[in-house]
Amino acid sequence: MYRDTNKYFQFDWLTIILFLLLVGFGWLNILSASHVGESFDYFNLNQPYGKQSVFILLTFGLIILILSIESKFYERFSSVIYIVSMLSMVGLFFFGKNVNGATAWYGIGGMTLQPSEFAKAATALALAKFLSDLNTDLKYFKDQVKALIIIAIPAVLVVLQNDTGSALVYAAFFFVFYREGLPKIYLIIGVLLASISISSLKFDDISTSIVISLVILTYHFTRRKKPAIIKTVFAILACVILSSGVEFLYDNILQAHQKDRISLWLRIEKDPAKIAEMRRDILYNLYESEKAISSGGLTGKGFLQGTRTTGKFVPEQHTDYIFSTVGEEWGFAGTTFVVILFVLLLLRILHLAELQKSQFSRVYGYSVASILFFHFLINIGMVMGLIPTIGIPLPFFSYGGSGLWGFTILLFIFIKLDSNRINEW
Amino acid sequence: MRQFLLFIIIILVGLSFIGRLFYLQVYNSEEHSLYDDNAIRKVYDYPKRGFVYDRNGTLLVSNQPSYDVMVIPREVKPLDTLEFCTLLKIDKEQFKKIYKRAYHYSPRLPSVFVAQLSKEDYAVLQEKMRKYEGFYIQKRSLRDYQTGVGANVLGYIAEATPYQIENNPYYNMGDLVGKQGVELSYEEELRGVKGIKFIQKDRFNRDLGPYKDGIYDTIPQQGKDITISIDSKLQEYGEKLMQNKRGGIVAIEPATGEILSLISAPTYNPNLLVGRKRSRNFTKLYNDTLSRPLIDRGLLRMHEPGSPFKVLVALEALQENAISPETTITCSGVYHYGRRGTMGCHCGGGRRDLVLGIAKSCNSYFANAFRKSIDKYPDARKGVNVWSDHMKSFGLGNFLGYDLPIGKKGNIPDADYYDKWYPDFKWGSTTIISNSIGQGEVLVTPIQLANVTAAIANRGYYYTPHIIKDIKGDTISKKYTTKNHTTIEPRHFEPIIEGLYDVYEHGTARFLQVPDIEICGKTGTSENFTIIDGKRTQLTDHSIFVAFAPKDNPTIAIAVFVENGYYGSRWAGRIASLMIEKYIKGEVTLKQMEKLVLEKSLEDEYAKPYSGKPFTINR
Repeated sequence: MYRDTNKYFQFDWLTIILFLLLVGFGWLNILSASHVGESFDYFNLNQPYGKQSVFILLTFGLIILILSIESKFYERFSSVIYIVSMLSMVGLFFFGKNVNGATAWYGIGGMTLQPSEFAKAATALALAKFLSDLNTDLKYFKDQVKALIIIAIPAVLVVLQNDTGSALVYAAFFFVFYREGLPKIYLIIGVLLASISISSLKFDDISTSIVISLVILTYHFTRRKKPAIIKTVFAILACVILSSGVEFLYDNILQAHQKDRISLWLRIEKDPAKIAEMRRDILYNLYESEKAISSGGLTGKGFLQGTRTTGKFVPEQHTDYIFSTVGEEWGFAGTTFVVILFVLLLLRILHLAELQKSQFSRVYGYSVASILFFHFLINIGMVMGLIPTIGIPLPFFSYGGSGLWGFTILLFIFIKLDSNRINEW
Repeated sequence: MRQFLLFIIIILVGLSFIGRLFYLQVYNSEEHSLYDDNAIRKVYDYPKRGFVYDRNGTLLVSNQPSYDVMVIPREVKPLDTLEFCTLLKIDKEQFKKIYKRAYHYSPRLPSVFVAQLSKEDYAVLQEKMRKYEGFYIQKRSLRDYQTGVGANVLGYIAEATPYQIENNPYYNMGDLVGKQGVELSYEEELRGVKGIKFIQKDRFNRDLGPYKDGIYDTIPQQGKDITISIDSKLQEYGEKLMQNKRGGIVAIEPATGEILSLISAPTYNPNLLVGRKRSRNFTKLYNDTLSRPLIDRGLLRMHEPGSPFKVLVALEALQENAISPETTITCSGVYHYGRRGTMGCHCGGGRRDLVLGIAKSCNSYFANAFRKSIDKYPDARKGVNVWSDHMKSFGLGNFLGYDLPIGKKGNIPDADYYDKWYPDFKWGSTTIISNSIGQGEVLVTPIQLANVTAAIANRGYYYTPHIIKDIKGDTISKKYTTKNHTTIEPRHFEPIIEGLYDVYEHGTARFLQVPDIEICGKTGTSENFTIIDGKRTQLTDHSIFVAFAPKDNPTIAIAVFVENGYYGSRWAGRIASLMIEKYIKGEVTLKQMEKLVLEKSLEDEYAKPYSGKPFTINR
C-alpha cells in the first residue's frame, strides 16, 4: 500500500503526544506561577499565562506549516536557513532590544522575538548537511575544525549578546560529533578535563595529580600495544599542569559570585553557618526554588494551591524556574512524571534517529536529542541545586514564545524528516 | 558503542534526577505546616482577657484599650524623626536604639516600637501615622485595676519573655502574659485562646488575601471571668492597718480553705504596673531593697513562729499520750533542763495546767510537754521523727499547694536534719528544746501559720488554702475541695481551743476582746537577729498573732506577722482583733484601738539597724 494516501500516520505520534503533554502540563504550571487573584482570563495578554495560550495556539499553525513543507526543502536550504539565522543574530547588535542586560530580542509591536532560540534548529540543519556530505569525515582535523566553526559562530554570537547560558547549549553538539565518528581521544580528554577540574577544586591539586598519573600509567602498562613512552609522560605532565592551573584560574580569574556558586555546588565551603548565609544571599533563587520543591512532598499541595508559588517567592518562576512550581503543587509524583516524559521523548528521538536511512536525518535527529537533553539536564539540575546556576529554559515547559517556537521547529522538522524515511531514497 | 553513549547518559541523568527529587521531596521533606510557612502571614486576633471579681462580686480587674506603635524596618522610608520622636515622647538616641533592636530582631517582621501609648498620645499620633511608612498602630488590651489594693494577689501581666516564646508555641513576640499573682496562676483561663487568620503573602511581604478563603482561620475564644476568694473590703482594711509597718496578714475561711485576704506590707498600687510607666515603676519597686514592696510577705516571709507553735507542741504531746489535759507543772519563772540548761518564762509563775499554760503562754509547760513527747521513745531520733511527721501533717515544712505562684517551704527539722547539724554529738530532746516554744529551727510563713490556725479551728483538718472561688464555665480544682486530715485526733483539740479562748478571756490577749464575738487566739513574740558590722545584733522582737472566730463554727482564721512589732499582742494582736471584727460585723466598733494602729508607724524601728548608731530594742 502506498504510504502517501495515509500520510498522517507516517508521523511519529508517540513523539507528538509526549510533546503535547509537556506543552499542556507546562501551561498549567505557568498559569499557577503567574496568575494573580482569583479570576482567570485564559487569553489575557497582560498575563504570562494568557500570552502563553496565544503562543501555543500559534504553535499549532507553525506545526502544520512545518509538516506541510517537503522534507527535501530542509536539506536543500539548510545553508540558507543557517545564514539567515546567523544574520538575524548579527542584526541584534543594531536593532536589538536590551532586556535585563542581554541584547537578545527584537521588539516587534508589543511582542519580542529571540533569534537565538531559532538558531539552534538552523545550526542543527547546517551541521547535518555538512556531516552528511560524502566528503566529510570527522577523523580528519580539517573537518573537525569546519564542524566546530559551524557551531562556534552561533555560540560566539550568543555570548556577545550577553547570554552565556544559552551558548553552553552548543556544547551539546559534541554528542553528535562523537556519534558521527569523532575520535575517542576527544571523549577521553573531555572526561579527563572535567574530572581534573572538579577534583582539583573539591580536593586539592597534589592528590588529584597523583591519582590521575596513576590512572594514566596503569593505562600505559596494561595496553597490549604500548603507546610511546613520551606520549604518556606528556599526558601526565599536561594533567599536572592543568590541575594546578585550575586552582589558579579559580582564585584569580573568576568573579566572586561565580566562585561562590561553584563553591556551593562542590560543597567546598565547610562552615554550615557560612553555607546557609551564602545560600540565602547569593543563591536566593535556588534557595527559594529548592524550598518550594521540597515543601511539595509526595503528592504536592495541589494545583493553584502552592503557597510559595502563589506568593511568588521564587523569582522567574514561570520561565527558568517553572519546575519548582511542579515540585510544590504536584509533588514528587508530578516531578517524576515530567522527568519521565522528558526521558521518554529523548529516547524516542534517539531511537528514531538511529532508524533513519539518510545520514542527514540521523545527524539532525541526534542534534535535536542532544540539544533538548542539554536543556533538560541544565535546567532541572539547576533548579534542584545539582548544577551551578545557569539560566536556560526548560523546553516546551517554560514560558516564552520564542523558546516554544524554537523548540517546536527543532522537533517538528525532525518529525517531518522521519515521516519520509520509508518512501524516500 | 558510539550509538549507546547518549542513551546511557540520558537514562542515568533521568534516574539521578528522580533520586534527587526523592531526597528533596520525600526523604527530606518536612510536613507542610501553615505555621512554619513563611509565605503565609499569621494574624492573631486577641480575645478579651477575663475579668477578676472578688468573693462579693465586686469587679477588681477589667481591661482598657492601649495602642502600640509597631515597626517593620524594611518598609521604613526616610521620615521626619524629630517630629516623630516628639509625638512618641522619646529622644533621637532612643529612636536609634529601638530601631536597631527591631532591625536586629527581623527586618521583615513587625516589632513593637513604642509600647502602650496613652489614649491622648494615640489621638494625636493617629492622624499623622500615614506619613510614617513602615510604622503602624496596633491595638491591644491592657489591664484596668478597679481597685488600689491586693497588688500582690492580683499580680500583673507583661510581655512574654524570649524564654517563654521559645518554650511555649502559644506565645508570640509581644504577647502579654500573666507574670505574678492570679494573672499567672490562672493565665490559661484568663487569656482565652487567640484566633488566627492565615494570609497569603508574596515575596515582597505584601498581603494577597486570605489563604484558601480562610478555611483554616479560627475565631478567638474569650477569656473566662474568675471570682477570687478575696474579700476586697477586708483586704483594703488590712492594708490600711498595715500602713507604715512591715509584715503580712493571711485570713482563711476554715470551712472552705478560701483565702479571705492576703496582705503584704508595704505594698503598691497595682495600677503602677500598667501602661507606659510600667517599666520605670517596676524598676523603682524592684530596686527598693529595704522595704521590698514586690516581695509578698504573706507567702514568702519565713520566720520563727514563736508562741503560737506551742499549741502544736501541746497537740502532739496529747496525741502521743505524753501529757493529758490534766497534767500540771509548777513554773518558777525559769525552766531547767539538762545539766546547766535554763529557759526563762514570762508567765508569772505558779501552777499550770494545759488550759492555763496556753492562756499564760507558759514556756516551762510546753518545754516539759515537748521533752516528754520526745523522750517517750528510747531513741531521740525516732522521737523527733514522730514529732516532725505530726507537724508536717499541718502543712508545715513544705509547700502548701495553694494556687498562687510563689511560696516557701519553711522548715520542720527531723532526725536527719540534726544529724547533719551535730555530726559528732549525741543530741537529745534538750538540745532542741527551743522548738517547743517556736524558736529553734522551726520556720513558717504567715500563710502556713494561718492554715495551722484554720486546722485547729476545724478541730483537725484543713482544706488547701486557695484564692480561686469560681471560674465562669469551669470548675475549680478538686484539690481545693478535699479535706486534708492532720494526724491529731479531733478530741485533743477541745482542751486546746479552751486554752486559746482563755487567751482572750483572761490571758495574754485579754485587752483585745471584741464585743459579742468569742475569739480564740494566741500571741507570739519571736526574737530575731541581724548582722551589723559583722556582729550578730538582736533587733526588736517580731509581733505575731494567730486567731480564729467565732469559737464555734468559726468563719475566719487569721495569722498576723508584724516585723519588729515587739510582743505579740502589741500590734499583731490588735490588728487581728480589728480584722476579725471587720469581717464578722462588717464594721469596727473598737475605734480607740483602730486609731492607735492606724497612727502607729514602725519606720523608726526599721531605720535603727541602718542608722549606724547604737540603739535600744523592745521598747
